[in-house]
Amino acid sequence: MMTDASENAGPMLAADGTPLKQSLARSLRRQKLRALMLIAPLLLFVMFSFIVPIASMLFRSVENSIVAETLPLTVQALGDWDEKSGELPDEAVYDAFVRDMVVAIDNKTHTRLGSRLNYEETGMSSMFRRSGRQIKKLDPQTDGPFKDQIIEIHDGWGEPNTWAVIKTHSPAVTNGYFLNAVDMRRTPEGAQSQPEDKQILIKLFGRTLFMSLVITASCILLAYPVSYLLATLPMRVSNILMILVLLPFWTSLLVRTSAWKVMLQQQGVINETLVWLGLVADDARLVIINNQIGTIIAMTHILLPFMILPMYSVMQTIPHSYTRAAKSMGATNWTTFWRIYFPQSIPGIGAGSILVFILAIGYYITPEIVGGTKGVFISNRIAYHISSSLNWGLAAALGTILLAVVLLLYWCYDKIVGIDNVKLG
Amino acid sequence: MKPTKTLLTVAALATAAGAVSAQEMTIVSWGGAYSKSQLKAYHEPYSEKTGVTILNDDSSAEAVAKLRAMNEAGNITWDVVDVVAADAIRLCDEGLALEIDPDTMLAPAPDGTPASEDFGDLLVSDCFIPQIVYSTTFGYRTDLVGDTPPTDVCAVFDLEAYPGKRSLEKRPINNMEWALICDGVAKDDVYDVLATEEGQNQALAKLGTIKDSVVWWSAGADTPQLLADGEVVMGSTYNGRLFSVIEEQNQPVAMLWDAQVFDLDGWIIPAGLSEERQQQALDYIMFATDTQRLADQAKYISYGPARASSAPLVGKHADLGIDMAPHMPTDPNNAKNTFLYNYEFWADYRDDIDAKFQAWLAQ
Repeated sequence: MMTDASENAGPMLAADGTPLKQSLARSLRRQKLRALMLIAPLLLFVMFSFIVPIASMLFRSVENSIVAETLPLTVQALGDWDEKSGELPDEAVYDAFVRDMVVAIDNKTHTRLGSRLNYEETGMSSMFRRSGRQIKKLDPQTDGPFKDQIIEIHDGWGEPNTWAVIKTHSPAVTNGYFLNAVDMRRTPEGAQSQPEDKQILIKLFGRTLFMSLVITASCILLAYPVSYLLATLPMRVSNILMILVLLPFWTSLLVRTSAWKVMLQQQGVINETLVWLGLVADDARLVIINNQIGTIIAMTHILLPFMILPMYSVMQTIPHSYTRAAKSMGATNWTTFWRIYFPQSIPGIGAGSILVFILAIGYYITPEIVGGTKGVFISNRIAYHISSSLNWGLAAALGTILLAVVLLLYWCYDKIVGIDNVKLG
Repeated sequence: MKPTKTLLTVAALATAAGAVSAQEMTIVSWGGAYSKSQLKAYHEPYSEKTGVTILNDDSSAEAVAKLRAMNEAGNITWDVVDVVAADAIRLCDEGLALEIDPDTMLAPAPDGTPASEDFGDLLVSDCFIPQIVYSTTFGYRTDLVGDTPPTDVCAVFDLEAYPGKRSLEKRPINNMEWALICDGVAKDDVYDVLATEEGQNQALAKLGTIKDSVVWWSAGADTPQLLADGEVVMGSTYNGRLFSVIEEQNQPVAMLWDAQVFDLDGWIIPAGLSEERQQQALDYIMFATDTQRLADQAKYISYGPARASSAPLVGKHADLGIDMAPHMPTDPNNAKNTFLYNYEFWADYRDDIDAKFQAWLAQ
């Protein structure tokens, strides 16, 4: 009926005579615009300080334009050369190489390329640096042919493998860093695994996941009773308990980690006490730091508040009347807890677990200080490649994989437990 | 009217700020006792002389990564940076540091010897202005080694004579060399052997004999702490750290100078500074690396000045009043058996051997 009426009367009009639909759309648009303006500062801030830098960092994991940019003519000339023939490239490549190098040396980019290729083939760094000093003296127009001269400068240029490495790593977009990140490498014959004595990253990924799970589990075990007490005790007592939970939370991470060092080392507080009590022999003191145990203890302690707080806020909302009702109908204490109370507290466990697990998986400074050799995480390797080896491509690939693993686990969690079941209060 | 006025005020403020910032410079160093020694020996006299305010930034440990990031962002906020020689070489390789001509940009010795000769072989890179010679060496607990204190670096590998834990740095550099020497490789052949697969395995096998008794450190302060707590019997660290444990904190620790590895620390000026800031940085460097200033630094910390002409001027410790010369790694009594960090070798092999070393550690 309504449609009939409006069709007959033409478009419905607003008070000022414009069609209602248009007027409504305009006012909605204005509202949306205002909302957008309100969030704009935050949106822009997040874009420029978070999303853009992270995206550009992740892009480094495949970016590899340095070879083709530094040696453009050489890369082109190498196109005709068969790297599997086992023979050296011909004069054209050496000629192109000298032309490229003269420009590169002028711009001081040849040593940078040397460090890049040294990640793939040991010795490239000094080869480029040393050859640079000699090649600088050559004139590409008049001093050719170059093949013998270049091999004379450094015999590395007389190895077919050197040229094969340059050719293999010349594409501007490479999967080489991702292969390195899973203990493989890019070779002229395709992807191959690293020699066994250099394989470590897969192992570290596995260890990071396993230890993060252990830390999450021990956080659940320790946090559950504490949160229960916090939620059920009278306000006055529970407030004091709450301060005890929050106090370490406000202390510097480094201070807490270093304190664990004092506690756990062999001449430390725990061992001294055990020896004094006669529970442990003086020459058989416990080794509980600089290994996995040390990392698990220290990280469990540090991440505990992230488990307690969501658990507590969920438990606070569980009405006492349910448990009282269960008991009045004859349930034992255990049945009441397990069938009535526990299921209602699961959303808190879920929220706490996600928080703790995701924080743990990226932890860096605590494993570095108390982890020794067996208790370090993949993030320690990422830090090494960012600040020491400067292999940012590999660091970015490792970071991307870590991010992908977290997203995958989050997705699994959503499928199995359901993200709607997570509550922060 | 009002907006114009505000604009003018802002412009005036900006100009004032610009004028102030020209009188400021940011110097990056390692922090702790080392930065303090530089503050006393270089920064304070320089500020007094020129009125320039010096801001300190303790970021030297991540200097290479941060300079690279600053360079990519096109905004370099540092004026002078203190780095170890290996990092200076990398910064120079990457084009991130300014090339220095020692004879025109650095002060000659008091007797007129040009800087290039005064520094001599220590000018290991075109961008590097050496400041000190330090060494990585061992200290041991005098009360835990029995009646025969160690005199030989191979005591580290001798678990029978010196039972207990030892601390070593969590990286292959230095450890691989010591392992090979104690496995019978002649000192001159160490790097030839280490360049081969078998040599690397040999070094790791030797380290494997003490692997269960090693605490691996990553910060220079770890070994002094472990020694003071009695957690380890002996451990490697920088000689200045051991000096402060022994002389300033009076712990029962002694130096084992055998097979100490010399390394250099010094300044670089970042490439790409504005003309004005670069002049300022060069002026500071000219002042801070002259003969007297380098000798002054040794009053506060036991690292050897990099100039030959500074050595005779090294005096007594500023607070303790003890003679500093016998505590220098370069003192003839301490330098009977030494190594110089092989920059070229490690620039090439660092990534390769480090991957093997870390995989070996994780086994």
